[in-house]
Amino acid sequence: MSKLVAPVLEAKNLVKTYGRVVAIDGSDLQLFPGEILAVVGDNGAGKSTMIKCLSGAETPDSGVMELDGKPTTFRRQKDSRDAGIETVYQTLAVSPALDIAANLYLGREIRKKGPLGSIFRMLDNSGMKKSAKEHITALGIGTIQNMSQAVETLSGGQRQAVAVARAAAFGQKVIIMDEPTAALGVRESGQVLKLIQSLRARGLPVILISHNMPQVFEVADRIHIQRLGKRIAVVTPKSHTMNEVVAVMTGALILDVKDQTLGPVR
Amino acid sequence: MSKSNLVTDAAAEFKGRATKKQKLQAVLHKYPWVSSAVVLVFAIFIFSFGNENFLTPNNLSLILQQTAVIGAIAAGQTLIILTAGIDLSCGAIAIFASMVMAKTAFVNGWPGWAAFMLGIAVGTGAGAFNGWLITKINLPPFIVTLGTYNVFSALTLFYATGRTIMDKELEPFFLYLGNPIPLGEFRITYGVLLVIVMYLILAFSLRYTGWGRHVYAVGDDIEAARLAGIQVKRVLMSVYVTAGFIFAVTSWVIIGRVAAASPNSGSNLNLDSITAVVIGGTSLFGGRGAIFGSLIGAVIVGVFRNGLTLAGVDLYYQTFAVGVLIITAVSIDQWIRKAGV
Repeated sequence: MSKLVAPVLEAKNLVKTYGRVVAIDGSDLQLFPGEILAVVGDNGAGKSTMIKCLSGAETPDSGVMELDGKPTTFRRQKDSRDAGIETVYQTLAVSPALDIAANLYLGREIRKKGPLGSIFRMLDNSGMKKSAKEHITALGIGTIQNMSQAVETLSGGQRQAVAVARAAAFGQKVIIMDEPTAALGVRESGQVLKLIQSLRARGLPVILISHNMPQVFEVADRIHIQRLGKRIAVVTPKSHTMNEVVAVMTGALILDVKDQTLGPVR
Repeated sequence: MSKSNLVTDAAAEFKGRATKKQKLQAVLHKYPWVSSAVVLVFAIFIFSFGNENFLTPNNLSLILQQTAVIGAIAAGQTLIILTAGIDLSCGAIAIFASMVMAKTAFVNGWPGWAAFMLGIAVGTGAGAFNGWLITKINLPPFIVTLGTYNVFSALTLFYATGRTIMDKELEPFFLYLGNPIPLGEFRITYGVLLVIVMYLILAFSLRYTGWGRHVYAVGDDIEAARLAGIQVKRVLMSVYVTAGFIFAVTSWVIIGRVAAASPNSGSNLNLDSITAVVIGGTSLFGGRGAIFGSLIGAVIVGVFRNGLTLAGVDLYYQTFAVGVLIITAVSIDQWIRKAGV
């Protein structure tokens, strides 16, 4: 069904090595419009490297990446950001001492109009605060009110919300999230999952890297399973159970990529 | 709706429960220079009892003149410390630049403005050299500037052949900043005015421009800044180059203040500038602080030294007092930082 729609983001046969370590070894990835694609895999399966290639933090040794069907290469993060791909890193990449508005616009500040901006390079702080408030409200984060609050005074979930809001505000095509709930409690995790679903509701496709199977099964449309540097299978929460996915991840089960049926253990 | 109200109410209640101590901590966290300003006012109050001459316009002007040089160097040092760096070579750069200015003018007969421009270029270049070693060779700022401190000091002595160039040998242009501005009984020099203007420009840039915000972000969390798309190395380089420029301008203030250019002067500047920055409330861990705090910090040291001298206290105790000030300032900084978590 989804095969008829062209993928927003597609990676073909990506290879990335660090010295003698082969991190990804001919891995593929397809992300379709308006879906949440979970990427799961054991430690060292190459999830993070895959994501780094897609977000421009690393450049693959070989392979092709296509955005909206057009081949693209990202030399640094800025390239992928300019192309409309936003990443929420596991470390959140927020600056603790700066306030929420400053963090939302970090690295792409808006200057005042007229000579104050062009000659004196003054920032439009009130304008940025106002639209920061709009972005935060748009995501339904009611607990954050004051945009001039330093990020370090926020709870873990609220910080995550700021990072997600930043991605949602500027992500035109794709949002990548690396373990967004890893450091969070139950209630805060729930809030972040809601945020992810609200992104999908706005039509933005999301790549979600996670270790947390219940969460993956709660929100994902499709599950990309990475093993030993390759995409070993793509399943859906409806077609397979959690145990099966874990078994495939760890190599206890072999799944035929073509018809997605379970095969015998080798 | 009612649920979100509940949350806000709970938050408000939580806020209301903050003790006075926590409130103070929060204020200092937001405005780290406040504690140093309080110390300054308190010190002036105390010293005014120590000697009746302390609060005279003449003496206050003298304190400002004495602190202008440290204040100027501390301005550049603040930029660097805000990025979680440190510059041990700042004084050496300033003295090197002052000797270049004085010697090319006096010995080589360059016109004053040309010698001045060369000095500025040399100082800025020295800052750029530090920045290059830090961003391109990836060496820690402490090690780089410890090395270049020795290099620049040696170059100064080598170039100046140990000779001091006196005021009679210098053009009036170089001594201009030592002239007082007529302001009633106050004797504020043009050098003091230049330093204040420099602080105003830096405060504006740090507070209201994207560059300033990036300086804070790089010092706060360099990895987060990089992932947010800030060109971290470019920001760091700009900071070291700007600081080098400031140190070079300071060399002009130094010549005006001591009415001579001496290769042996200013050996205390390197560490004294760090003292001023730290007392001014800027965190040595980067990302936190305000530039005006450093000016206050420099004035505090000046007030302490001057006030204790007028009160007849031995020089050793003055140095002792400055040491206590530094440790107190850093302790307060550590305490304030806890408020953020």
